[in-house]
Amino acid sequence: MAGTALLSVRNLTVEFDGRAGRLRAVDAISFDVLAEETLALVGESGCGKTVTGLSLLRLVPQPPGHIVAGEVLLDGEDLLALPERALRRLRGRDIAMIFQEPMTALNPVFSIGAQLGTVLRRHQGLSRRAARARALELLEQVGIPEPARRIDEYPHQLSGGQRQRVMIAMALSCGPRLLVADEPTTALDVTTQAQVLAEIGRLQRELRMAMILVTHDLGIVAESCDRAAVMYCGRIVEMRTTAALFSTPHHPYTVGLLEAIPRIREERLADLPVIPGRVPDLAQLPAGCHFAARCPRATDLCREVVPAPLPTADGGLVACHHPYP
Amino acid sequence: MNTPLLEVDGLKKHFPLRGGWLRRVTGQLRAVDGVSFRLQAGRTLGLVGESGCGKSTLGRAILRLQEPTAGRVLLEGRDITAMTPAALLAARRRMQIIFQDPYASLNPRRTVGQAIREPLDVHRIGTPVERDARVLELLDTVGLSARVRHRYPHEFSGGQRQRVGIARALALEPALIVADEPVSALDVSVQGQVLNLVARLQRERGIAFLFISHDLAVIQHVSDAVAVMYLGRIVEYGPAALLYREPQHPYTQALLSAVPMPDPARRRRRIVLPGEVPSPVASPAGCAFHPRCPRARALCRQERPELRSLPGGDPGSQVACHFPGPG
Repeated sequence: MAGTALLSVRNLTVEFDGRAGRLRAVDAISFDVLAEETLALVGESGCGKTVTGLSLLRLVPQPPGHIVAGEVLLDGEDLLALPERALRRLRGRDIAMIFQEPMTALNPVFSIGAQLGTVLRRHQGLSRRAARARALELLEQVGIPEPARRIDEYPHQLSGGQRQRVMIAMALSCGPRLLVADEPTTALDVTTQAQVLAEIGRLQRELRMAMILVTHDLGIVAESCDRAAVMYCGRIVEMRTTAALFSTPHHPYTVGLLEAIPRIREERLADLPVIPGRVPDLAQLPAGCHFAARCPRATDLCREVVPAPLPTADGGLVACHHPYP
Repeated sequence: MNTPLLEVDGLKKHFPLRGGWLRRVTGQLRAVDGVSFRLQAGRTLGLVGESGCGKSTLGRAILRLQEPTAGRVLLEGRDITAMTPAALLAARRRMQIIFQDPYASLNPRRTVGQAIREPLDVHRIGTPVERDARVLELLDTVGLSARVRHRYPHEFSGGQRQRVGIARALALEPALIVADEPVSALDVSVQGQVLNLVARLQRERGIAFLFISHDLAVIQHVSDAVAVMYLGRIVEYGPAALLYREPQHPYTQALLSAVPMPDPARRRRRIVLPGEVPSPVASPAGCAFHPRCPRARALCRQERPELRSLPGGDPGSQVACHFPGPG
């Protein structure tokens, strides 16, 4: 991993209008994405990982969402301060995004070819004919069987795995430098997931593209990501290389999560280790460290003072008053 | 040998497909296509497979929530499929189901206490006072406090709702619970809590579970025996430990190898299957898995392999493959 940052996120803070006032979904988080690396944003539902991914391209619906602070720097330019027109040019060209459910992102009344063609004509100024030829090429590249027939089909005629491949083709059509993939395989079966992840990895290497992979699945983090940022209640609690995170997790939440995931083991356990309690409601977040109420190491300090992210010996970060060694 | 708690014999559930303006039957969707197994009292059978393999339909057909097309289901030796409605209602005291999303099965206008009490009311068990006492006991069993009985389902988190679903299923002291993806909608930190609860109930009350899930890790954690389904049929069956250690069917092997492992230090050989699961409307001839199978030969395209024990292999294991063996 070369150390140059492609994208720098600083102090990003996102809030939502709730019934009982503003809820803070993302709380002053900062991270870099290095060129060609895969960074995981990992956590349970409600931790803010999806909102973070959407905010990078200002895709959070506003209102009810509000990006209240922060910078997202690409080539020294703050994407959060760009006029809408400039941002629209940049979406797809420099940074592209794919989602969990491709059916919601694809338009049901246009054929696959028409939708791919629109993107190619708009962003790359291709002619109708050239766009179709390129679309065909892209479908082939992402492993759609019989692309010449599929190109004139509609989204509902494809299986879930094929729809996700079409989304990937569309996202990669303009050769972006960064792909933001939000739970791209969560809706797929495990054997299809393996196919699609392998495909994304291959394309990423070929196109020398960086990726932010938003996921709840630590198995996918372990197998597909270089680094990971573990999120809890809107904050990054630990950010390390994948190898370091899994071998010596420092934050008690990371430790708990790694122990709690049901995994295929040599021996069946009598009882799965669990994290007691549950994720607090965003409307009633405790002061101090949000994890304190569930944490075996918590002290009074944790219940009062928010732990700042501190560098670890291996170049990562951990936000905890009493981290594991 | 003593009678198993549950014996399923040649169970089929086909859905007719209609087309044309006369809505004539134009084909059959073979969701469950000849499944047989036995489950002993107090044991857990894990039923695993990908979407569309028929595992959920099988669970529902066993309880006759959907009428089976063919086959028999014996609960404690009595054939469920031949029962009159009255007899079936009585038999349902012995078998209950919990769903992936208990929210969908709980009436939003009734309190959780009422929901748990409902089976007792329907089956007229005990006096009203006894029923209320039983609700408190059940809440305690699943780890919920007594005061939540006055709350409504929407006030609960996913994990708590699943506990309510379990309490309700326990109300009639069933011998069998069919659990259909009970933890799939829950976050990992909560999944473990519910799985441990299921394991405890099995240990302490001797309830048998038919545990349906797409998640191989979850299935391994709860099951004594495991059945792997593909396109409406069981392709491999055996004791959980053995099936995970030495899978014999190439589909089981591919499935196990495809699960992402949370352990970056351990690199494994991954079998990436070509193509996708065919539609259960047009199941391939011969072995349904042959178009994707790395071992397929001419025989596999012609003749469907039956589920059988291997000569010299574990007598409690079965595999439906012409060329079984380690990968």
